[in-house]
Amino acid sequence: MAESAPARGPLVGRDRFWQPPAYTPGYKTSMTRAPSRPLVALGSTLSEETGPVFGRDMLGEKDNNLIENFTGQQAVGERIVVHGRLIDQSGRPVPDALIEVWQANAGGRYRHKKDGYLAPLDPNFGGCGRTVTDAQGRYEFLTVRPGAYPWPNGVNDWRPMHIHFGLFGSGFGQRLITQMYFEGDPLIARCPIVKVIPSQEAIDSLIAPLDMDASMPMDALAYKFDIVLRGRRQTYFENRKEGL
Amino acid sequence: MVQSLNQLKESPSQTAGPYVHIGLTPNALGNHGIYPRDLGKSPIRAGAKGEKITITGHVRDGAGMILRDALVESWQADAAGIHPAPNDPRGGADPNVTGWARFIADFDSGDWQFDTVKPGRVPAPDGRLMAPHISIWVVARGINIGLQSRIYFEDEEKANAECPVLQRVEHRERVKTLLAKKTGPGSYRFDIVLQGEDETVFFDI
Ligand SMILES: [Fe+3]
Repeated sequence: MAESAPARGPLVGRDRFWQPPAYTPGYKTSMTRAPSRPLVALGSTLSEETGPVFGRDMLGEKDNNLIENFTGQQAVGERIVVHGRLIDQSGRPVPDALIEVWQANAGGRYRHKKDGYLAPLDPNFGGCGRTVTDAQGRYEFLTVRPGAYPWPNGVNDWRPMHIHFGLFGSGFGQRLITQMYFEGDPLIARCPIVKVIPSQEAIDSLIAPLDMDASMPMDALAYKFDIVLRGRRQTYFENRKEGL
Repeated sequence: MVQSLNQLKESPSQTAGPYVHIGLTPNALGNHGIYPRDLGKSPIRAGAKGEKITITGHVRDGAGMILRDALVESWQADAAGIHPAPNDPRGGADPNVTGWARFIADFDSGDWQFDTVKPGRVPAPDGRLMAPHISIWVVARGINIGLQSRIYFEDEEKANAECPVLQRVEHRERVKTLLAKKTGPGSYRFDIVLQGEDETVFFDI
C-alpha cells in the first residue's frame, strides 16, 4: 500500500493542443476510430481523482528485468537500462505507481500472434515488464534495445525503436499510455505515429537521452526517461461550491 | 516576458498500438511465464456487498467494425458510493471491492464481459450526487489518446435525471449512449461506439 500521503484534489485539465488530436489522417487507423463529436468537458470528480493502488508486494523479483523474466535465460540484443522519474505537472514525484512496459525484441518482432514480421522471435524474450515507483517516483528497467519494424500504413512506414509505457497515477483520470523513443534515431522524424503529436517540443519530451552516468560499465548503456502525469490543482481555499 | 509558471507539460500520449495485450494481459494472449496472472481480472472479490451485475459489450469503430484489439479499463465505487482508494477522503470502502478491472475483447466474438457490483452514488464536487456509474478508459490501435467515458444504468432513472454530469451533456439524445441496457436480471449490455451515428459520449474530465 501507499507509504506516503496520497495525493488528493482536482486534476488539472488536459492541454488538448499539446496532446495529439484524435483524428490524424497520417495515421490511417485513427480515421475510423476517432470520435467525431466534441468531448464533453467537465472538472474532475472523485471518480477521476481516486484510482487503484498496486502494492510492491505483487511484483515478482524479475518483473522489471525483460532480459531474464521470460525463461530465465538471457534475451539476445543490446543490453540497456531505462530509468527515470514519474512526476506530475507541478514536479512532485508520483510514488507507488504501477508502470507497465512492452516492446519488440532486438530484431523488431513482437511476441504476438498477429505479428508476422520476418525477424525471428527470440525464445528468451517475452517483451513485457512492470515495476512500481519508489517514494521519489523513480523506476528502472533492464531490457534489450528494441529493433525498428515496418508496419502497414504508408507504402514504406517504419516505427522507430520504441518502448510502450502504461502509467497509473494516483487518480484514474491520470491514466496514460505513451511510447519512449531513443536519442538519435533517424526514424523518429519519419514516423506517422510520432507525427500525430502537434509540436516538436512535445515530441522531444518522448525522446530519451543516452545517460552515460547511469550506464553500467562492461554491461549496459542507460537511457533516462522522465514521465509527467496530469497535475492536481493546488488550492489554499476549499471551494467546493463552485460546481463541476 | 513574464515569470515562468514552472508548470510541466503532461507527457504526450501515444497509441497503445496493436500489441497492447503483450504488455497488459500477456496471459490472455498466451504469453505465460512472466506474471502468474493478468491484473484486473475482477473489480470485486467474494463477499462484495451490493447487487451483483454482469456487463457485456463490444467496441465498434466508425465503419461498424468490431474491434478485436481494444482494451478497456474500469474504475468504480463500492455499493455505498465509496472508492476503494487511499485518497478517497471518506474512507471505509468495502474491503472486497478493488474497484478496478481491465478487460479485453474475446479474440473471436469481440465481446468483453465483466462481473461487478452496482456502484452507489458518489458526490460531485458541489455535493450533488452523481448517478451510479463506472468510469471507463478505452485504448486501442488508432486511438491516439485514451478515451474516457462512463457506464450508467438505464434502470436508474431518478438518479440519472439528477446526475450533474449527465446534465452537462448538451445534446440530450446522446445521453442514451451512456446508459447500459438491461438485458435480464442483473445483466446489462453496453456497446462503445467510437465514431458515427450512435457515437458514445466521451469526456474530457
Ligand atoms: Fe510498438
